[in-house]
Amino acid sequence: MPEIRNYTLNFGPQHPAAHGVLRLVLEMDGEVIQRADPHVGLLHRATEKLAESKPYNQSIPYMDRLDYVSMMCNEHGYVLALERMLGIEPPERAQYIRVMFDEITRILNHLMWLGTHALDVGAMTMFLYCFREREDLMDMYEAVSGARMHASYYRPGGVYRDLPERMPQYGTTRYRGAAGMKRMNENRNGSLLDYIADFADRFPGYIDEYETLLTDNRIWKQRTVGIGVVSPERALQLGFTGPMLRGSGFAWDLRKKQPYEVYDKMVFDIPVGVNGDCYDRYLVRMEEMRQSNRIIRQCIEWLRKNPGPVMLEDHKLAPPKREEMKGDMEALIHHFKLFTEGYTLPAGEAYAAVEHPKGEFGVYLVSDGANKPYRLKIRAPGFAHLAAMHEMSQGHMLADVVAIIGTMDIVFGEIDR
Amino acid sequence: MALWQWLVDQYQSWQPVSGYLVHIVAITIPLFVCVAYLTLAERKIIGAMQVRMGPTRVGWKGLLQPWADMFKLMFKEIIIPSGSNKILFLIAPILSLAPAMAAWAVVPLDATTVLADVNAGLLYVLAVTSIGVYGVIIAGWASNSKYALLGALRSSAQIVSYEIAMGFALVGVLIAAGSMNLGDIIIAQAGNHGPFNWFWLPLLPLFVIYFISGVAETNRAPFDVAEGESEIVAGFHVEYSGMAFAVFFLAEYANMILISVLAAVMFLGGWLSPLQGWVSDATLATPYIGWILDDGFHWLLAKISIFLFLYLWFRATFPRYRYDQIMRLGWKVFIPITIVWIIVVGGMVLGHVGPWWDHPG
Repeated sequence: MPEIRNYTLNFGPQHPAAHGVLRLVLEMDGEVIQRADPHVGLLHRATEKLAESKPYNQSIPYMDRLDYVSMMCNEHGYVLALERMLGIEPPERAQYIRVMFDEITRILNHLMWLGTHALDVGAMTMFLYCFREREDLMDMYEAVSGARMHASYYRPGGVYRDLPERMPQYGTTRYRGAAGMKRMNENRNGSLLDYIADFADRFPGYIDEYETLLTDNRIWKQRTVGIGVVSPERALQLGFTGPMLRGSGFAWDLRKKQPYEVYDKMVFDIPVGVNGDCYDRYLVRMEEMRQSNRIIRQCIEWLRKNPGPVMLEDHKLAPPKREEMKGDMEALIHHFKLFTEGYTLPAGEAYAAVEHPKGEFGVYLVSDGANKPYRLKIRAPGFAHLAAMHEMSQGHMLADVVAIIGTMDIVFGEIDR
Repeated sequence: MALWQWLVDQYQSWQPVSGYLVHIVAITIPLFVCVAYLTLAERKIIGAMQVRMGPTRVGWKGLLQPWADMFKLMFKEIIIPSGSNKILFLIAPILSLAPAMAAWAVVPLDATTVLADVNAGLLYVLAVTSIGVYGVIIAGWASNSKYALLGALRSSAQIVSYEIAMGFALVGVLIAAGSMNLGDIIIAQAGNHGPFNWFWLPLLPLFVIYFISGVAETNRAPFDVAEGESEIVAGFHVEYSGMAFAVFFLAEYANMILISVLAAVMFLGGWLSPLQGWVSDATLATPYIGWILDDGFHWLLAKISIFLFLYLWFRATFPRYRYDQIMRLGWKVFIPITIVWIIVVGGMVLGHVGPWWDHPG
């Protein structure tokens, strides 16, 4: 009689639900998962090593490319570590801008998560709805930094430039008449802040729209309730952070526990789950989007009232104005030195962590006093989450693995680094 | 002219075979066109639901898109995986398309138009559509791929289970109409109360279950676990390309149309007008307006369209069920309900509940 053996299935890296390049080796008994073995490293780009050979400022764009759906939050972690080493603090307006863009990024990330998670579970429409809103958020990125994704907008000592007074508008095309143009440019007539304010007014309605499709949907609940349960104790042991930890019922949020920038002046709540399953994590993230929207509104209000510098005047760190460089020798030298050698950090080490949309994103920086880091270690939240893949999916069915990958909100840019 | 004469002579000398052949062609060709345009309708309707436009570039408003797709698929290579069973691999798509076409033989398109006026039409439909699952199973097995095998396993289990619920729903119709001939089933729904004479009202649970089972039978969302994109990539047809894939695609859409037409025939009175009994004979006798208001093929078409729209709406709205949840729904919910309702229907027929069964005979 032939022996009954388990079935090994190679899930990915070329798989529609692999979220990039996840390779899962699944050992299955029929449809039931016996062992899930994630293989990582297919998107390894040696970010940490590359940073060791470059002046500090030139590594900021690498940070964008770590978790490529929450770009500015990655920059924030790195820039914060640099600022701790330098012992500087950016102007208050820059801090507000950073907080605002951190929250815009959080919405950007959570929308991506919601779209792909729902798509994995089969609700295709959700994906397109989320991308409709992401388009607006990308436009904010573009307006402020010139790039829709890889912004490199945060710099040690502040942000690259102040918020623009005019929002870029659409131009005419062959396919859209003047009326269509007017409709598309309707909320782009003011400044960037007006545009963001308009979005913040519309966005809660959009979340309600998503919730009508999913939250009380019986199929959605059947697919997520009780799937991938993690107890709070186990979540702590596994090193979970962010919504994964809060979904299990731990009110741990670095924005409250170790406030950085101006988060201590913001009014917002931290949603927590009860059961630690996929559905609770879904609810937590949905509520986080509403809370982010709340923070954005508070920032807009403050930023409207308080103009001011967004970068330190220290030209050892921040480039001088273009105008000054034309007439002032010292400014020219500063500019040249900054863009060739950069600046040195005092010898020592620093760890800075931000509440990234996926969890705690930490940057550990060791300096030997040179203009490059001696060592840069990045703590990516997704890595710890992915490590729990086996534990979360064991005994579930193949379709649940997809839901669990979705709920982890993994992005390989940060996991493989 | 001589050629035409020769053709006519041949047609007459080969009767009745030649007559049937012409009828078969007259049914299948429009059906293929419908299938082609159903794919376009799907992309357009789901596009509208998802705040996008769907195809707009090929032809006016994208109306030639199905032809572009067809030609593209026709000219693509059919890749046969090494280690696959070549014969079965190529037979499978045909095996899934043919039953979807063959079932149309007994569907009455009009009061008088039907290819084969079979007594046991309902049984024929059940028997023929069941063959379709072999196409899926064989495709999954012959591909020599794990994803395809998983898809085939899921699909066969699912289709077999839902066939039972579907069969029971049809037993209800059989009791209600007292006939297995689809034409007679439609005539049994005629009356003077418009749409309230149709069987959807007394058989409402069976109607709903029939249509949901139909969605499951055709492997459409939210029951599309057999080809669940995000789980097993494309399921049973993951290894298919070119025309072999296109035939599977055609089969899926032809099956959707078939399920819709059967639902329309058995629960919504087929080609009966929803205004029956409400419009005076004088109005019906007037040209044009009377023809539109009277019974006819156009009403069947309209009813099919409603069901097809539902198919697309479901796809745009629902997440996908998990495989075991589909089984639970089929066995623990649908089958008990259908059994209970068959008994209720039996009681209603014996009790001559009107307006369906109050007339003698």
